[in-house]
Amino acid sequence: MADWTEEITKVAGTSLAIIKGGTGKPLLVLHEELGHPGWMSWHAALAKEHSLIIPIQPGLGKSPKVDWILNIHDLAMFYSWVLRDLNLAPLDVIGFSVGGWTAAEMATINAKQFNKMVLVAPAGIKPPNGEIADVFSITAHTSLNLSVYNREVPEFAKLYGGERTPEQFEAFEDARTENARLTWEPIMSSHTLAHFLEGVRGLPTQIVWGREDAVVPVSAAECYRQALKNTDVNVAIYNECGHRPEIEKSADFIKLVREFLA
Amino acid sequence: MHIMHFTERPYKYVPEDEVIKNRSFFGVSNTFYDPKLGADLYNEYLDEACYAEEVGFDAIMLNEHHGNPFCMGAVMNVEAAILARITKRARIVLLGNPLPVLKHPLRMAEELAEIDLISHGRLVPGWVRGAGSEQIFNNANPAYNREYFNEAHDFIIACWTRQGPFRWEGKHFNYRFVNPWALPYQKPRPPIWIPGVLSPETVVWCAEHRYPYIGLGTALPATVELWNLYGDTAAQQGYTAGSENFGYLQQIFVAETEEKAQELGKGALFGGGAQNFSRPEHTLPPGYNSKEATRRLARQQTDYGFLGVTSAKLQESEQASVQDLHKEKGNTRERLKRGEVSIAEAKAKIYGNYQKAQDGLQIIVGTPKSVLPKIRLIMETLRPGIFGLFTIQGPVSVQDRLTNVRLMGQEVLPAMREYAKELGIKDPFEVEPGSRPYTAGTKRDSLVDLEALKRAPKRDDSVRV
Repeated sequence: MADWTEEITKVAGTSLAIIKGGTGKPLLVLHEELGHPGWMSWHAALAKEHSLIIPIQPGLGKSPKVDWILNIHDLAMFYSWVLRDLNLAPLDVIGFSVGGWTAAEMATINAKQFNKMVLVAPAGIKPPNGEIADVFSITAHTSLNLSVYNREVPEFAKLYGGERTPEQFEAFEDARTENARLTWEPIMSSHTLAHFLEGVRGLPTQIVWGREDAVVPVSAAECYRQALKNTDVNVAIYNECGHRPEIEKSADFIKLVREFLA
Repeated sequence: MHIMHFTERPYKYVPEDEVIKNRSFFGVSNTFYDPKLGADLYNEYLDEACYAEEVGFDAIMLNEHHGNPFCMGAVMNVEAAILARITKRARIVLLGNPLPVLKHPLRMAEELAEIDLISHGRLVPGWVRGAGSEQIFNNANPAYNREYFNEAHDFIIACWTRQGPFRWEGKHFNYRFVNPWALPYQKPRPPIWIPGVLSPETVVWCAEHRYPYIGLGTALPATVELWNLYGDTAAQQGYTAGSENFGYLQQIFVAETEEKAQELGKGALFGGGAQNFSRPEHTLPPGYNSKEATRRLARQQTDYGFLGVTSAKLQESEQASVQDLHKEKGNTRERLKRGEVSIAEAKAKIYGNYQKAQDGLQIIVGTPKSVLPKIRLIMETLRPGIFGLFTIQGPVSVQDRLTNVRLMGQEVLPAMREYAKELGIKDPFEVEPGSRPYTAGTKRDSLVDLEALKRAPKRDDSVRV
C-alpha cells in the first residue's frame, strides 16, 4: 500500500489537489516554489506521528490555476479559507521557502488557525545581508543545484523523481510560472510581512535554516525572530547546509521537528 | 513590394572575447561601453538610415532591445522621432515596441502619435512581447507577458480611436482620465505590423486582427507552415490573406567583390551571432511562453531560428546542468563555462559554421549579382509583400556599411521590385490587409510556393546564427 494518496477536493471555490499520508495529529505541509518534491524520507519519518496534509499550490500539478490569487498574501487567505471549509484548523504547519512565507502570512491573518509553526528557510523578508536568489533568472536545474550546499547528499538525486523528463520540465515551468507571478516584485519578499508578524501571539514557532543557504540568506532568520517578538521562537541554524535542511541534515531536522511538534 | 532597411545598430566596439566569455551579448557589463563611441554610433546609424532612404528603400525599420550591445535601440522611439524629422519619404517601421515591459501604455500611445504627427503619417507601429531578457532587464513579470501585451494593445488602440476623456480600468493598467492631445496623423490609426519568430499563438492573433506578420529570419519550412495557419485563420475570419499580410526579414550583406563580401559578412557571427543574444535562462523566463508552447519546447526539436528561441538550446542548457554534475563533456558553450576550451577554440567553432550558415540561407552574403537568386528563391517561396534587408552585425566600417546600402539601392532593390511584379506580390500599401473577402466553402488563395520550397536548401539546425 502506498504511503500517501492524492485526492482532488472541491474547496474554496476551486478544485485542490491534496496529498495525504501518515497517521496522528494533522500537519499542514506547504511546499516550496518548485512544487511538491515527492515523498521524501522526512515525509515518511514525520508521517509516523502526523497525518500530513500537503495541498498542491493552485496552478501546479492537478490544482488548477486561480487567476484572482495575485500574491502570497492572497494565497495565504485562500489556504485559510481551505482550512475553515475542511474543518482542519487549528493544526500544526510546516512550510518551506515560499511555502514558509505562505505559512507566516497565514499566521498574520489568523494565528489561532495554527497550534505550532515550523518555517524552513522561509522567503518573504528581505535579508539584511546578502540577497534572495533570483531563481526566476536561472533555469530550474540551476535553481535546484543552488538549493543545496552539498549535491552529494543521498536525497538530492531523488528530488522531484530524479529523472529529468519532459513532464518534469513542464511541472517545473508550471511551478516557476505561478510563483514568478506571485512573487516577482518585490523579489520573493514582502514589504508588510515583518510588520504584521509582530501581531502574532501565542503561536510557538520553530525556524530552521542552513548557514550556507544560497537561495534565502540565513541573515533573514534574525529578521523573522525579531518580527515574531510577541510569541515564542526557536531558531536552529545548521552548518554546512543550504536551503534544504530537510534533506541535507535530515536526521537532525527530523528529530528537531518531531520534538518541537510533540 | 515594400522593402525595408534594417540594422540592429550594434555597439560594435564590444570586445568579442567578453561576449564569448559571458556566453551571450545580454549581461556583458556596461563597463565596456564608451559613451564617446556610442555617441558616434547613434549618429552613424541615423545617417545610414537617411542614406537608405536616398538610395530607394521604402522604409527604415527599427527595433528595440535593452541592456544589450547586440542592439543600441534601447529607446527606439527616440530614434524614430529623429527619423520622423530628418527623413522625408520613407516609412518608419517599428518592429517593435515591447509592450509588456513598458508599463505605461498611455505614454506609448502619446509617443507613437507624436512620431506619426512629426512624420506626417509615415509611422508603422509594430509591437512585440519582447525577448525574454527584456522582461528580466525591465523587471516585467514574465508570467503576465501575454496579458500585459494584450491589454496594452487594446488600450493603445482605444487611446487612438475612442473619444476622450474616458476611464480605463483593466487588470494591469488603470487610468482615470484618458484624453491624449496627440493623436495619430493617420486615420483611423496607423497601420500595425507584428514581427515574430513563429509562435503559433501570435500568428493566429495577427490573422484575427488582420495585422501583417513579419517572420524574423525564420526557417522556410516552418514559416510556410505558420503562414498557412494565418491563411486558414483569415478564412475563418471571413477574409482572404495574401502577400499583403506577410513580411520577411533576411540577414544580408553585399560588397563590390565576392571576396570582400565574404570577409565582411563574417560579422553576422560576431560574438556568436543572434543565437548568442541571451542565455537560455534569460531567453525563457518562467511564464514567458504559454503553457502550450512550453509543452512543445519540452518535447520538440523545432528550430524557430532567431534570438535564441529554440528548444535545442534550452535542452542543451538543461542537459549541461546535469552533465555539469557528472563532469561529463557538454557543448562548447558549457565547456567554455568550465574552462575546458579556450576563447580561440570557441571562436573557431563559431566561425567554422560560416559557410553552412550561408548554405542554409540563415545569412546571404555576396555581390548584388550573387545574392539576387537567393533573394528570389525566398520571394518565390514565401511571397512576402514586405521584405526587410538586415545589415550584417559586427565590426564593419561605416564606409563598408554605406557601400552595402548603395549597392542595395542601385542593384538589389530594382531587381526585387521586378521580381515582385512578375510574381504578383503586393504590399500592404497596394492592397489593404484583410480587405479582400473570403467566400466560405471555396479554396483560399495559396500563400506560398511549395515547389520553390523544394528547391530551397535545407537549413542545418545545428548551425545557429
